[in-house]
Amino acid sequence: MTAPLLQIDGVTIDYNTKKGNLHALRDISFDVNKGEIVGIVGESGCGKSTLISTILQLLPQNAEWKKGAINFKGKNLITSSEKEMRDMRGKDISVIFQDPMQSLNPVITIGRQMVDIQHRSTSPYAEKWQKAIEMLSMVGIADAETRLKQHPFEFSGGMLQRIAIAMALMSMPDLLIADEPTTALDATLEVEIIKRLKDLHKEMGCSILFISHHLGVIAELCQRVVVMYAGSVVEFGTVDEIFFNPKHPYTRRLIECDPGHIKERAKRLPTIPGEIPDLTEALEGCIFQERCSESIAKCKTATPPLVSLGQNHQAACWLNHNQEPE
Amino acid sequence: MTLLSVSNLKTSYGKTNVLTGVSFHVDEGETYALVGESGSGKTTLIRAIAGLAPAQEGSILFQGHELRGLSDRKMRPFRKDISLMFQDPVGSLSPRLTVGGLITEPYRIQGMNNRDLNSEAIRLLEMVGLPADMAGRYPFQLSGGQARRVGVARALALEPKLLLADEPTAGLDVSVQGELLNLLNDLRDQLGLSMLIITHNLNIVRHVSDRMGIMYLGQLVEEGTTEDVFHHSKHPYTRALLSASPKPDPHAKMDRIILHGDPPSLLKRPSGCEFRSRCPFAKDICKETPEWNETHGHKVRCFIPLS
Repeated sequence: MTAPLLQIDGVTIDYNTKKGNLHALRDISFDVNKGEIVGIVGESGCGKSTLISTILQLLPQNAEWKKGAINFKGKNLITSSEKEMRDMRGKDISVIFQDPMQSLNPVITIGRQMVDIQHRSTSPYAEKWQKAIEMLSMVGIADAETRLKQHPFEFSGGMLQRIAIAMALMSMPDLLIADEPTTALDATLEVEIIKRLKDLHKEMGCSILFISHHLGVIAELCQRVVVMYAGSVVEFGTVDEIFFNPKHPYTRRLIECDPGHIKERAKRLPTIPGEIPDLTEALEGCIFQERCSESIAKCKTATPPLVSLGQNHQAACWLNHNQEPE
Repeated sequence: MTLLSVSNLKTSYGKTNVLTGVSFHVDEGETYALVGESGSGKTTLIRAIAGLAPAQEGSILFQGHELRGLSDRKMRPFRKDISLMFQDPVGSLSPRLTVGGLITEPYRIQGMNNRDLNSEAIRLLEMVGLPADMAGRYPFQLSGGQARRVGVARALALEPKLLLADEPTAGLDVSVQGELLNLLNDLRDQLGLSMLIITHNLNIVRHVSDRMGIMYLGQLVEEGTTEDVFHHSKHPYTRALLSASPKPDPHAKMDRIILHGDPPSLLKRPSGCEFRSRCPFAKDICKETPEWNETHGHKVRCFIPLS
């Protein structure tokens, strides 16, 4: 078994705020194998975006790295210099952002932007232009040659997102980070983008870290899933384990809440009562404890560790310990 | 009893025809959902009903009164009965007013200042499940779900007969989305409200609406009870929309109709059936314009409806 492409090991990040230290990421650990699609699912404020910024080393000034390591292709990104990171961003690791309209420059043609992004390559302009045409056709934009001379406003949202995907894949990255790439799109365009990502993944074989709060999309696209809650990983496993055998109450509640799951008309939809805990406070016990309907006495006093519950399945919940003493 | 009846409504901005003849009605106590993708004219339609967007042709009858073309002053009394929840929960709240000020603003606008606004604010907050001390907060201090609830409280302050809700759950997490839909369902039962909800999220429609219409390029292409549309959809576009929604089940068999291409520009509408440029089943006959085809209240505008 070869070493994973990306290995996140105990990463803990605080933000210094007026109210004190906000614990944005607490002891995050998971890995992404070569050629694998890993999904990260969680609600607003669970730390998904902070995690991406941490991997890319683009954290804001007030972020404070407490501990942990991020190994990518055998290199620790946290101790890498800014120059090393610059060489890596956009080449070994590329990103697709949520809003395609904001990730492209509105006053420069698509063609120019697609050539500019190849700035590391020494090939002549004409070759870069040719590559842009190829990539654009690959993501299904017809008449690529004429299209390259147009500006972003002349494209629809779905097309812009496909252009963003084409640009992210131009450098043949080892890891593609997709941050909610379909949230801003309509349902019919969303399935098209997912299908396109699946096809490209097959063709190019890069690993994808796919962030979403949409369980349906995760189920369809990913091989393994990380479930995050309030800055912690609560569960990590294969899609089958997560969807059919969830071992953390938060994962179970999240799946129940998805209206796509409820086939018949329900007068009352299930919810998760309560709110995300204040992340500036030092929490004792399990982070989900206050909102958990299954909590036991131990949950209030001790933080459950993320433990292995069989091959490719980990969860952080004391309930699992009663059944299977470790 | 029909509360709102919209017929053959047309809106255009310059040469762009946004609505090309929309007809539907909402009965008293009924929830009607309009579903469609970006650019299908959902928001324009709801704004036209509220008198915030122009409508050049057609009619909007509310309890028998024609609303189309009314001046702002003549429209004002109707605004008591028809209230609107905007799409952007935080953006639709003035940043300079407190929550208490925001939810009692409708009383001031309608000249109903003679009541105790503080106790009204507390009553409204309680109705939408927010604590009373929320009245002193400013919009930037609210979470997305709380801002939505404030929007609901404000919309319901004047006890309207019809609530127009523009994407009421957009941008909310699934658990909070459920809370808001439960709240709307409860309030509808308590207050006997009628609701017109527009959304692109089919998953929520199933749980809130009695009847629904599917919009494409500024026109309804299918309409029926929510039950009928979900289980016996007939228009290829409806079928594609229903099949597009990814299921939270990794083993789900996707019998999917994938639409190719993007929706056409409103300036270059296809002739005949406007869906034919993306329809996987289009035939020669689709170059003609399809008319409504109705069976037991389930209407579809398609020459070759699916079975």
